[in-house]
Amino acid sequence: MRVVIAEDLVLLRDGLIRLLEAHDCDVVEAVDNGPDLLRALTTHRPDVAVVDVRLPPTFTDEGLRAAIEAREQIPGLPVLVLSQYVEQLYARELLSEGGGGVGYLLKDRVFDVGQFVEAVQRVASGGTAMDPEVISQLLARHGGNEPLQRLSPREREVLSQMAEGRTNAAIGGRLFITEKAVSKHINNIFTKLDLPPSEDDHRRVLAVLAYLRA
Amino acid sequence: MATVVPRPAAGVRAWLGSVAWTVPLTALAVLGLAVWVLSVATGVLVALWVGIPLVLLCVVMTRRLADLHRAWASEVLGRPIGRPYLPVPPRGSVSSLKAIAGDPATWRDFAWLLVNASAGIILHSLVLGLFAGGLWYLVLPALWWVVPEGALDLPLGLIESSRSSHPWVPLVLSAVSFALSWWLTPRLTWLNARMAASLLAPTRWSRLAGRVDQLAESRADTVDTHATELRRIERDLHDGAQARLVALGMSLGMAEEMLSRDPDAARELLAEARASSSQALAELRHLVRGIHPPVLADRGLEGAVRALAMTLPIPIDLDIELHGRPADPVESAVYFAVAESLANVTKHSGAHRVSLRVRHLDDRLSVLIRDDGRGGADPGRGSGLSGIRRRLAAFDGTLTVYSPAGGPTVVIMEVPCALSSQRTSSSSGTA
Repeated sequence: MRVVIAEDLVLLRDGLIRLLEAHDCDVVEAVDNGPDLLRALTTHRPDVAVVDVRLPPTFTDEGLRAAIEAREQIPGLPVLVLSQYVEQLYARELLSEGGGGVGYLLKDRVFDVGQFVEAVQRVASGGTAMDPEVISQLLARHGGNEPLQRLSPREREVLSQMAEGRTNAAIGGRLFITEKAVSKHINNIFTKLDLPPSEDDHRRVLAVLAYLRA
Repeated sequence: MATVVPRPAAGVRAWLGSVAWTVPLTALAVLGLAVWVLSVATGVLVALWVGIPLVLLCVVMTRRLADLHRAWASEVLGRPIGRPYLPVPPRGSVSSLKAIAGDPATWRDFAWLLVNASAGIILHSLVLGLFAGGLWYLVLPALWWVVPEGALDLPLGLIESSRSSHPWVPLVLSAVSFALSWWLTPRLTWLNARMAASLLAPTRWSRLAGRVDQLAESRADTVDTHATELRRIERDLHDGAQARLVALGMSLGMAEEMLSRDPDAARELLAEARASSSQALAELRHLVRGIHPPVLADRGLEGAVRALAMTLPIPIDLDIELHGRPADPVESAVYFAVAESLANVTKHSGAHRVSLRVRHLDDRLSVLIRDDGRGGADPGRGSGLSGIRRRLAAFDGTLTVYSPAGGPTVVIMEVPCALSSQRTSSSSGTA
C-alpha cells in the first residue's frame, strides 16, 4: 500500500512512518507543509494519505484544505485526516462531496496501533473512519431527537460503531455479539430511523450521518 | 461647533412649539434662581452641619433642572448633550459633599442658574413677546367693537389708529410682529440652547475624567478576569494533564521493571500507560478549547461560530456577513461571548429555536442573538451575562439584553473594531 504522510512535527512524522512501514505500507513521501502535500498527492496518487490538519505555512487548517483540494482534482482519493481535536464542521466538509475513502481521527487513536492500521486500510479501500468523538458529539446533540429515543441502548451502541465506519463483523467483535445479531440490530435501526437499507459500508455511514445532521 | 447654522423653524408646528416652550422654561428659570439663592443661603449653614442635607437637596434640584435643560437643548440643537458629573462615592453625606464640591460641573451648574435666570429669561421673553404682540394686534380691531369708544386707541404719533380712522394699522403691526417672530424664534431658541449647552455639556476635562474612570474600571475587571483564568488553567494542568503524565511515567517505569519477570503484567501496565496518555490528551484538548479554540484560529469568527452552532442541541439560524477578520483579541472575546450566550440559551431559556446574526457596520461588530424561550434574563444578577459584559468592556464593547418575562430574549453585543480584509466570507444557513 503506497502512503503519503503530511505531518510537520518531526517526532510524530517519524513515528507514523515507522508505524506504517511496520505494517506493510510503503511511505512514498512524507511532507511537512500544505503546498508540498498538494503536489505530493497529485503526483504520487497514493493508495491513502495520512494528513495532519494543522500544517505550515499558516498553521491553521492547511492540511484539511490541501486534502479537500486534492480530492477535487482526484475524486475518491483516500484521505485519513488526523488532528489534535475534532470539529464537526471539518467532518462535514470532508464528507460533503459524497465520495468514499474518508477518515477523520484524533491523533490519540494512533496509540491503538491495531485499530489505527485497520482504519488506514479501511479508508484506503474506500471506506470511512470517523472518530468516536465526532459520533458522540452528533449523538449528544441529537439526543433529544425523537426517533433516536426510540432506539434501545444496544441499538445506539451499534449505531455509533456503524457511524465510525465499521463492518458488521467488526461491530460484532467489538460488542461481543454475533454478526447475525448485528445485522438484526442494524435492520431495526434502519426501520426506526426510516433509512433505506444498504449493503455498502460507506453508504451506511453517510446515511447515518445524513440523518444525524438533519 | 461655532459654525453650526441655526435650524430654521421646520414649519408652523415647530414655531408654535418653540413659543409654547418659553412659558415653562421661564418658570423653571425663576425656580432656578430660587434654588440658587437657597444654595447660597444654606451654603453658609454648612459650617453648622445642619446645612449639609439642605445643600445636598439644592444640588439634587439643580442637577434635575440642568438635566431637563440638557434634554431640551439637545432636542433644539439636534445633538446629544451628556451629563458631565463625576461619580459620587456612596460613603456618607460629608464625603459626597466633598466630591460634589470638587466637581467643576457643580460650579458650572450654579453659574448656569444665574445666566439662565438673566439672559435666558430675556431671550424667552423676546420670543414670547413677539408672538404675543402679533396676537394682540390681530384681535385689537375686534376689541374696538366691544370696549367703550377710544379706550384702546393706538396713538402712533403721525397716524392715530382707532375704530373710525385707519382701522387696518393693527393688522399691519400684527403681520410685522408675526413675521419677526417667525424669523427670530428659531434663532433665539437656538441661541438660548447654545448658551445652556455651553455651560451644561461636559467639558473636555470632564469627558476625559469620565473616560479615565471607565477605563480604570474595565482594566481592573480585565486584569481580574485574566488572573482568574490563569489560576484556573494552572489548576486544570496541575490536577489533569500533569497528574496523568506522572501516572504514565510510573506505569512505564513499572512495566520496564517487569518486562523480563512478568510479561503479562507488563503488557497490562503498558495498556494502562496508553490510557493515561489518552486521558491527558483529552484534558489538554479541553483546556486548549477554553483558552483559544483551534477552529477560531483556523476559520475565524464565522467558522468558529458555525462549528459552535453544530454542537448546539437547539436548531439555530445563522446569518453571518463579515468581510474580513477583526483583531485576534476582539475575535476571541466576541467568540467566547457568543459561546457563553448560546450556553445560557441552552441551559436556561427552554427555547425551541435560536437565531444569530453577525454584522460589521460603521466600524462596529454587532452580534444579535434571539431565542423564543421564557425570557427573564437579567445581566445584573451575576449570571453569565455580567461576565460577557466584562469581557466586552475591555474592548469598549457593550451588551444589551431585552428579556421580558415570558420571552423572547434578544441579546445584542457591539464592539467597535476594524476588520482586516485578508479573507472574505459571507454565509447564512441553518444548522
